[in-house]
Amino acid sequence: MKRELVHLSGIYVGLMVLLVITTGSAFLNLGAFNGVLNIAIAVAKAALVYWFFMELRTADALVRLAALSVIFWILVLLCADAADWFARYLNPS
Amino acid sequence: MPNAEATSAQGYAGQFYDAAQRHRADSLGMWLFLATEAMLFSGLFAALLVYRIMHPAAAKEVSLHFQLWIAALNTAVLLTSSFAVAAARVLLRHSRRGWASGCLAITAMLGVLFLILKTIEYHIDIRDGIVPAATPSLFQNPSATLFIDLYYAATGLHAVHLAIGVIWIAALAIVASRKKAFPHTPVHLAGLYWHFVDVVWIFLFPTLYLVGRSGP
Repeated sequence: MKRELVHLSGIYVGLMVLLVITTGSAFLNLGAFNGVLNIAIAVAKAALVYWFFMELRTADALVRLAALSVIFWILVLLCADAADWFARYLNPS
Repeated sequence: MPNAEATSAQGYAGQFYDAAQRHRADSLGMWLFLATEAMLFSGLFAALLVYRIMHPAAAKEVSLHFQLWIAALNTAVLLTSSFAVAAARVLLRHSRRGWASGCLAITAMLGVLFLILKTIEYHIDIRDGIVPAATPSLFQNPSATLFIDLYYAATGLHAVHLAIGVIWIAALAIVASRKKAFPHTPVHLAGLYWHFVDVVWIFLFPTLYLVGRSGP
């Protein structure tokens, strides 16, 4: 039990470090890379929460598939939005 | 073939083969529900993404007025609460019911702290003129009012989800402190929901608050 709690504490410290990095990096002038870095850190934090706190690490394949399917459907949404945007603004007719 | 009628003496209903299968069914059901919730929030995130691409100056103008440090503190509060509910699950697995109840109580209290900080933040925003359906002429970029509407829609929806989570976790903390034998599954399901609400805020924070903070 102690080992599990220490492991969770380590993940928590990692999440807080990522929070400090994402907030601090927002004040550095990195141009477009600011947004990319912030989203990348958010994805990393979400991955830590999903894998360790929500215990996808020990979940069976069907649960992992249900969790990963969200990414697939979000990609479908973003691709449909992108197709609409490109049709309106890059190929006006 | 399992008996279709409830068999409460076994601790699980008759349509399940055993308690382990029931736990797997409960878990999968919760994950599928969280997938639908993710679809709900991803619509708002897609709108925010399109807005930030189409109106970067307006997004920056409004975001600089937001209370970054309250939001950063709120992110830390939610991450701590996620750690607390994950610890509660570990403690319950090792039959430390009292400690688990305490961790669930801490989770609920941190959720209440988030909502208090959010209320303070909304109060400051409204005082500064950042209100839903604001007057466009108050801003250099007229489309700034759309970003404000998206901000209130996203954070308001998240706050409603969080409030539901607080009530759920608080109820579990009270029940866990009283019952001699507390089943593991309710804490597992409530924990999944709480972690998901935390993940939504993890993405909301950079999308709304960390726009153009590094200067022109």
